[in-house]
Amino acid sequence: MVKRNVWLNILFQVVAVLLALGFTTLVLLVAKAPPLEAYKNIIIGGLGTFKKFSDVLVAWLPLLLTTSGLLVTFTAGLWNIGIEGQVTLGAIFTTWALRLLQESSLPPALIIAIAILAGMLGGALWASLAGALKTFGGVNEIFGGLGLNFIATALTIWLIFGPWKRPGTGSMSGTQPFPEELWLPTFPDLRLSPWSLVLGILALVVIYFLLRGTYFGLKLKAVGRNIRAAFLLGVPTWQHMMLAFIVCGLFAGLAGGLQVTAVYHRLIPSISSGYGFAGLMVAMLVNYQALWVAPVALFFAFLNIGSIQLPIVLKLDSTLSGVLQGILVLFVLMAEGARQRLFGKR
Amino acid sequence: MKVELQDIHKTFGAVHANVGINLNIPAGTIQGILGENGAGKSTLMKVLSGFIHADRGKILLDDRPVLIHSPADAIHQGVGMLHQDPLDFPPMMVLDNFLIGQVGSVFPNRRKASAAIRDLATQFGFSIDPQTYVDSLTVGERQQLEIMRLLWLGAQVLIFDEPTTGISATQKLKLFSTLVQLAEQGKTIIFVSHKLEDVESLCDQVAVLRQGSLVGEARPPYQIDQLVEMMFGKTISVGERTSSRCEDVLLSLRDVCLDDYRLQIRDVGLDLCSGEIIGLAGMEGSGQSLFLRACSGLVRTTGGKVILNGRDLTGSSHHVFKRNGVAFLPAARLEEGLASGLDLTEHFVLSEESKKFFVNWDKGRKLARERISEFNIRGTPVSTVESLSGGNQQRALLAMLRVPLSLLLLEHPTRGLDIESAIYIWSKLKERCKQGTSIFFISSDLEEVLQYSDRVMVFFSGHVSPPLGSGRLNTDLLGELIGGRGWDELEQRSQDG
Repeated sequence: MVKRNVWLNILFQVVAVLLALGFTTLVLLVAKAPPLEAYKNIIIGGLGTFKKFSDVLVAWLPLLLTTSGLLVTFTAGLWNIGIEGQVTLGAIFTTWALRLLQESSLPPALIIAIAILAGMLGGALWASLAGALKTFGGVNEIFGGLGLNFIATALTIWLIFGPWKRPGTGSMSGTQPFPEELWLPTFPDLRLSPWSLVLGILALVVIYFLLRGTYFGLKLKAVGRNIRAAFLLGVPTWQHMMLAFIVCGLFAGLAGGLQVTAVYHRLIPSISSGYGFAGLMVAMLVNYQALWVAPVALFFAFLNIGSIQLPIVLKLDSTLSGVLQGILVLFVLMAEGARQRLFGKR
Repeated sequence: MKVELQDIHKTFGAVHANVGINLNIPAGTIQGILGENGAGKSTLMKVLSGFIHADRGKILLDDRPVLIHSPADAIHQGVGMLHQDPLDFPPMMVLDNFLIGQVGSVFPNRRKASAAIRDLATQFGFSIDPQTYVDSLTVGERQQLEIMRLLWLGAQVLIFDEPTTGISATQKLKLFSTLVQLAEQGKTIIFVSHKLEDVESLCDQVAVLRQGSLVGEARPPYQIDQLVEMMFGKTISVGERTSSRCEDVLLSLRDVCLDDYRLQIRDVGLDLCSGEIIGLAGMEGSGQSLFLRACSGLVRTTGGKVILNGRDLTGSSHHVFKRNGVAFLPAARLEEGLASGLDLTEHFVLSEESKKFFVNWDKGRKLARERISEFNIRGTPVSTVESLSGGNQQRALLAMLRVPLSLLLLEHPTRGLDIESAIYIWSKLKERCKQGTSIFFISSDLEEVLQYSDRVMVFFSGHVSPPLGSGRLNTDLLGELIGGRGWDELEQRSQDG
């Protein structure tokens, strides 16, 4: 019985993926582009050389971090749409700390560590704003998060063109890059940092055990499933919702901090790069199961990196990867719905 | 219409809710379906009325095998079901309710429907005005509306799920005469109940379900003890009431005032002894629920003091009360008491207080297995709570109570449960009382209130009686107080005393 269900599940997922590919092919045909050529270019773009694959990993890590954080808020029954803003605030706080400390006599390693911690703090603060709006103001976290995202973007632009502008005039390319000793070390000739790699994987492992093995995780699940019952069972409910936001914010802030210290070495206008929203998609796609986050996030990262060369080679916009990702999520969710209708739950 | 069920099987996860049930109901029969909660009655009826599909088995209507896809399809084929809680639209007019479910036309013919309601109402002696709103009707009248609607849609088989719950004695007589009249017209009536006297006085034949299987059938004259044995597999007796003397006071209420948008309660004073049971009687919404929630810190008092074990807890939150040994069991089990989607193990682990960070799941599963067997819950450690029947959910809630408790607050602890479960639950509660736990409970069943309470408090639109010794009360007196009579004498007596 159980075994049959597993195979059934896999069958539905495979069908969903095929449908998504079919639909994307249709979109390509409508756009008068050769689909096979496009797919070939994505594969070459993502896996063609070792360097390209390492770039996939560079995109994979922030996605791991945001998805890990989102698993916590989803478990508590919260739609943390504000994660984009939390990544941005992480980046802003990290930049701020680096700017304050770059002239000091502290060792660079310590400065980087402090800056990353500041980023986590920034993300957590921004998340706790969404949490406070929800628990004390009665503002749905989706609306609160959306509003806070706009504010975060505006704040970034203002900082880049205002107080933190480059010598001379501010530009969309961001703030003045930090000196090289304040960069998180990377593997030779690659953009990938071993530190990011360790932190990203560690984040997922921590979340896996936090949700599965701890009272905190169990209480979050109870709050997410039935907040009134959880309260009567003695769970401090609003405190747990706040904590879920804060934990998610910590991870989002870490992602933002690493984008500054390991990837861009400065603050740029779109520093969150959509990793928050992509994380939402990954979380939905894996049905909030931590176990599947790593491979699915890797696939998303591969699509993002792979499609970068599409504009050059085929004159197609690189947002094609976004189209494929979005369609994939919709088809997988639809397949799950169809499976439940046809064969019942579980 | 003749109804035949052949070898009906239905499983929900690990629970086998219907095990090969065969049933043959000739047209014009009133068929009783007896069984305790969780016996599989509702599942069987949902299969017949198209809400769920059987895993295996056949349904024959007038010797013709049929597939019933949905409730709408069931009606189309002549099978209609009246649910325990009427499935109607209270904010809409009777006429509009009547028209919902009619297929095949874009513009409803109100005049024709209105005439049909009047015809049917005269035929059965109902008095329902098509132009009134459903929320102004009593539960009995809403049943009558539903009967007329199903008949109008062409139902030949009518299923009644616990129809005598929540209606008055006169409405019950009216319902029964209607059912007899319908059977005489050749309609097939299926009457699902766990009330023996209803089945005895009404049904032409009875089928008894236990643990998903059909365990026996009977025809009049019925041997009640035989039916009881079939239902429960054993005979049951009502336990003795423990009479306790007040040695120490557990809970003191001093001039407590409560406010709600509908009613106000003023200056309630009371000493609850340890090990004592006080029943709270009254029509629903007379203030007893507010009172119970105030005793658990879920509702703030607007005046007076709440003192538990000598500690002043006035204005504290529910979690402070909980830490002081107060537990509240809500009536709405799946809405407030249990979290759907979490299994029994997770519930038991959550209910145990722990300062640890990591959960020991092995210990949790062991705990769940122990509790499941101790409280006789039909389920497994990995059963999600929503897959359990109502009675088993209630047992699970009781099994989740912490062990030393000083005060237990129960809203309708046995509502919707069969006799055996109710007696079982009370035996568990009385064990607690022997260990010194005191109980407040709300019940709308006066006999339950009188049987299990040491003292009774009556609520009537914000008035609260002083605790009355249950030895000096009877159902008539209690009924009068609940209905708002005899309060002057009561106040006089309390002033004199």
